[in-house]
Amino acid sequence: MRPSFILFAAIAVGAGLASPAWAGQPYGFGTPATPDKIAAWDIDVAPDGTGLPPGSGSVADGAKIFASTCAVCHGAEGEGGAQDRLVGGQGTLASAKPVRTVGSYWPYATTLFDYIRRAMPLTAPQSLTADQVYAVSAYILYLNGIAPEDTVLDAVTLRKVAMPNRDGFVDAGSKPDTNAKP
Amino acid sequence: MNRIAKTRHAVSRRGIIAGTVAAAAALAAKPRLGEAEGAGGEALTVPPWETQPGAPVLAAPYGAPSPFEKTVVRRPRAHVEVKSDLSSIGLTPLQNLDGIITPSGLHYERHHAGVPAIDPEAHRLVVHGLVKRPLIFTMDDLARFPTVSRLHFLECSGNTQNWTAGKPDWTVQDTHGLLSCSEWTGVKLSTILDEVGIDRSAKWILAEGADAASMTRSVPIEKALDDALLVYAQNGERLRPEQGYPVRLLLPGFEGNVSVKWLRRLKIGAAPFETREETSKYTGLLPNGKARQFAFIMEAKSVITRPSGGLKLSQPGFHEITGLAWSGRGKVARVDVSVDGGKSWHAARLQEPVLDKCLTRFRFPWRWDGGPATLQSRAIDSTGYVQPTRDQLVAARGMQSYYHYNGIQSWSVAAGGAVSYAA
Repeated sequence: MRPSFILFAAIAVGAGLASPAWAGQPYGFGTPATPDKIAAWDIDVAPDGTGLPPGSGSVADGAKIFASTCAVCHGAEGEGGAQDRLVGGQGTLASAKPVRTVGSYWPYATTLFDYIRRAMPLTAPQSLTADQVYAVSAYILYLNGIAPEDTVLDAVTLRKVAMPNRDGFVDAGSKPDTNAKP
Repeated sequence: MNRIAKTRHAVSRRGIIAGTVAAAAALAAKPRLGEAEGAGGEALTVPPWETQPGAPVLAAPYGAPSPFEKTVVRRPRAHVEVKSDLSSIGLTPLQNLDGIITPSGLHYERHHAGVPAIDPEAHRLVVHGLVKRPLIFTMDDLARFPTVSRLHFLECSGNTQNWTAGKPDWTVQDTHGLLSCSEWTGVKLSTILDEVGIDRSAKWILAEGADAASMTRSVPIEKALDDALLVYAQNGERLRPEQGYPVRLLLPGFEGNVSVKWLRRLKIGAAPFETREETSKYTGLLPNGKARQFAFIMEAKSVITRPSGGLKLSQPGFHEITGLAWSGRGKVARVDVSVDGGKSWHAARLQEPVLDKCLTRFRFPWRWDGGPATLQSRAIDSTGYVQPTRDQLVAARGMQSYYHYNGIQSWSVAAGGAVSYAA
């Protein structure tokens, strides 16, 4: 029980009432979420790189992991299969047949790391080490021509990766985009 | 109304009598109540369920629908390949439902890595980031906060997404089945944010699920402080696993994906977190190659649920046209119905209650002359927004926008009474 709650409870008891109005005071439920307690869940990575863990991974290492873990759904070269295509499509977004991939569409490389770490592979999410996630990210960026073959990604180099479609998004705002009349 | 009631009873009786002599499998093919209308003039006989006792009390401690309703279930979209049964959809059978509440077992499903089986005793909700008092809550902790109950629709932003590739045999379940409506009970998110004390720099909240996708979306702080809820109950009972048991976020009027299920963490931040689901997915590509992002609000939309694709009008005469209308911006103000493909419009009757960001049932009495007809509805919401036509949407967004399609839906009635998808 936190001090503010005890103080408020003491006032309420002292006044001899079970107050129906509780506005403005903490209820005092829950326990403190200290960084060490929540570390296993605090896994998000922000576009500025905040949250990237220690570790590193190379394109070469990523190629091996991709072949054994990712290719079954995404194709040997990330060309797609049972699941999304990951490679190619740059320059197609304004065409009649846009191809949306990590290389052509995703605005942030940090999102690639974040998503692989939390959700991939589909049947064993959160099973890859930080080194492995860096490596797979490096390989996918390499396949897209965004990172050279000798790339080693870590918390410093990943945040510097410039994605081709970084400026490809506009905030929809709060207004409707059509104005039909009855 | 008397005429309608008589017709429906006749349908019911006919179906049930047929059922006594037919196998259960054959029954499944019989028209459902409201799907067909016709004669029922046989002489009455005393059915077996009147001459012997029925099932004992508590034969089904948790009740289930009549076996005669067993075809009223969720299913995938017809003619669309299911790439993975861990990351796919289950559509609500809107053509079979009445009123505005979706039975919890028929609420649409959209999961990204299956449905987790979460032990509520072991579940935790972390609220941290730009706050004075980062906290971990148990389910018991959450249940101690003041509660509210609200009726709201949920619609996947991919509802009606295959509008460029419609099939003639598509039903309203195929076209609009990623839409459901429930009474939700839980805690206002603002109550929880008061409890942790958010910083003045707080602008966005990362909501994260405890499923195998660890689903994440960024929620604007304005919505979080407005009408956002953390809900643990749906239609009077605890959430169904498919709806986020034991606790989910519920953002009224927003695209369904942001109402993160199986909620385990809220991280308060100063900027969007730019997750995979709000960049590579759930964004609308425009003809110029740019994509609309954070188009959260589900704009006003409506659809006729009966008569609709796959149903059949058996004879000319009176038919009630009924359907659903909704708006992510407020209440439904008006629904117009057309039976001539939009050449002329007539105001439908709105069934009370008409609630904020909730499904509204509309009805329109129609005398079918037996000839071809094209049935349409259009919703107008409390902000004055008018549901657009397909052409108006294409003019605004092009052909590749994919999400948030809310165009006017047509159902074609052929001479003879067959009703089919007509874009």
